[in-house]
Amino acid sequence: MKPILTAEQAVEKIKDGSSLMVGGFMGCGNAFTLIEALLKKGSKDLTLMTSDTAFPEVGVGKLISQSRVKKLYATHIGTNPVSGQKMNSGEMDVTLVPQGTFNERIRAKGAGLGGVLTPTGIGTAVEKGKQKLIINDKEYLLELPLGAEFAFVKAEVCDKYGNCFLPAATKNAEVSMAMAADYVIVEADKIVEPGEMDPDRVTIPGVFISAIVKSEIPAQNLQQK
Amino acid sequence: MDPKELKRVRLIKRIAQELPDGALVNLGIGMPTMVANYIPKDRNILLHSENGFIGLGGTPEKGKEDPRIVNAGGQPVTLVPGGCYFDSAMSFAIIRGGHVDYTVLGALEVDEQGNLANYMIPGKMVPGMGGAMDLVVGAKNVIVAMEHVNKNGAPKILRKCTLPLTAVEEVDIIVTDMAFIRVTKKGLVLEEIAEDTTVEEVVKCTEPKLHIPGTIRKF
Repeated sequence: MKPILTAEQAVEKIKDGSSLMVGGFMGCGNAFTLIEALLKKGSKDLTLMTSDTAFPEVGVGKLISQSRVKKLYATHIGTNPVSGQKMNSGEMDVTLVPQGTFNERIRAKGAGLGGVLTPTGIGTAVEKGKQKLIINDKEYLLELPLGAEFAFVKAEVCDKYGNCFLPAATKNAEVSMAMAADYVIVEADKIVEPGEMDPDRVTIPGVFISAIVKSEIPAQNLQQK
Repeated sequence: MDPKELKRVRLIKRIAQELPDGALVNLGIGMPTMVANYIPKDRNILLHSENGFIGLGGTPEKGKEDPRIVNAGGQPVTLVPGGCYFDSAMSFAIIRGGHVDYTVLGALEVDEQGNLANYMIPGKMVPGMGGAMDLVVGAKNVIVAMEHVNKNGAPKILRKCTLPLTAVEEVDIIVTDMAFIRVTKKGLVLEEIAEDTTVEEVVKCTEPKLHIPGTIRKF
């Protein structure tokens, strides 16, 4: 069984300078309750790994606009102008990673692999400083594993062993992130007893989950922001 | 509709015609998204959304939006019957693994080797590549949808791209408001021109040499 904590308790271990993965895509699938608790706690100088930085006032985007992030790994920052401003001013160090590579680097870490070979980025700025290998006459980039101390995952349903169901388009990079972080906090709309979930509906096996927090902020339609 | 919009619809319709029955297609943000509205009714084409599903449908009715279902631009969408959801690992395995038949996306520049620049302008626009690099490398066929010239009237089809590349030698077809051009080993082949232009005009607005076959169709 995994501990069921308040959001405040769950983010207690996150310190200034910690590394954190936040699942979600354009805010869809962000763990809003955990993000708010972290903002309230005030941790700064974070290394953040997230698919995109959403919008300045939405979910993970707030960590950027409220200046909590020192180093960012993301695939797209275009919808949050604050990210671009902080990158250009040098306040935040930004590494932009192709989305497929972003996920595979994280998955590699969680799956115990030494890296992945991908054709994505060959001949572009992405290949800079990376080793290239030719396999069966085709050129690949060696992309290294990416892990973090913490990850925030958002589930619709979670049982007390941490087995999670993530519906529809909220899965995105959350599955890989849950595998690749040392301490994984799941924010769930509903927490159920073992046996209440159909085992075939488990998106993330509970083995990856460290703590469970009940969601206080429902998913929102975000595009208006 | 204003003339510019009409020209845009014409090129979008031409691209929709190009997609065969049964294809799995990924449409980029912006103009390429419009292709979905012009797919011939008798063709069964499924759309892939890189954030994690196949079977991208239209915009939901107002008030019926589901915050758990958004497209790659973050806008609420629907799933068509027969669609399915998956995580990013699966989504990009589908892309890089060559299981997407066509991707349609915009461009800042394309060159005669099929190189594409569409994700950044150093010092001006640095939004990140999102899934574009994976899509262009992985999709079996890459179609570029764009205006033939930029807003200063300069060609966007070049001998060599000047902006940072999204991918190398991956573009197969370029469709613009003026022309349908295929990228081949011997260079760019002008296969069709728009009904309100001439071959001479297209040649004038294109930097590299165009191979011009005996018959050129109009669209």
